[in-house]
Amino acid sequence: MRQYWMTKDPIQINDCIERVIRPEAGAISTFIGIAREFTEGKRTLYLEYEAYVPMAVKQLERIGREIQDKWPEARTSIAHRIGDLGISEIAVAIAVSSPHRDEAFQASRYAIERIKEIVPIWKKEHWEDGTKWMGDQKEQVAYHDGKLKRGGK
Amino acid sequence: MIQVLLFAGLKDKVGSSSLRIKEENITIEELKRTHLGIYGVEELLQQSMVAVNEEYAEMDTILKTGDVVAFVPPVSGG
Repeated sequence: MRQYWMTKDPIQINDCIERVIRPEAGAISTFIGIAREFTEGKRTLYLEYEAYVPMAVKQLERIGREIQDKWPEARTSIAHRIGDLGISEIAVAIAVSSPHRDEAFQASRYAIERIKEIVPIWKKEHWEDGTKWMGDQKEQVAYHDGKLKRGGK
Repeated sequence: MIQVLLFAGLKDKVGSSSLRIKEENITIEELKRTHLGIYGVEELLQQSMVAVNEEYAEMDTILKTGDVVAFVPPVSGG
């Protein structure tokens, strides 16, 4: 079973949970990102996600390695959807298990922030009056010279 | 031969998700300047990260024949 995957099919959070559950774990923290209908009053009809799939999987695996460097006892699983998503459908699911809750909370937060920085996935908003590829939602300075923001310790 | 992959807004503006360029032993910066200038996507390319063979790379990386170069516009997963 792969711990990290991209899929055109609907995601269930349990798929991630079952990949990290183990006897040593005392906590599992999950994060689910879903398709939002209203953004500052503007209505989204549906979202379209595109990815550079093989590289996206590698970057998700890299996030898992970064987490293990920072929290050696944490185990991570991440699934990200591609294709068209209706409102409230799951775009991303993350589960992190660890012996104690603090690492699990911290690591699942870290995972979603890193996804938004380094994983080659793009979201296109489809509104009633048009479409737009979204980007740079974290407004990172690091993007503007084309360099990768390094993660890590 | 170098393969160039384009995504999201870059793909839409260029009108293609993949280009094949007959070059080798040039840097990514040179590839951008000499082969992508015609598409009018300088600003998007400037904001993009770049990957060679599915790993992030620097703009001064020298490309060999068979390399796959991907321009990665600002990402918006999650």
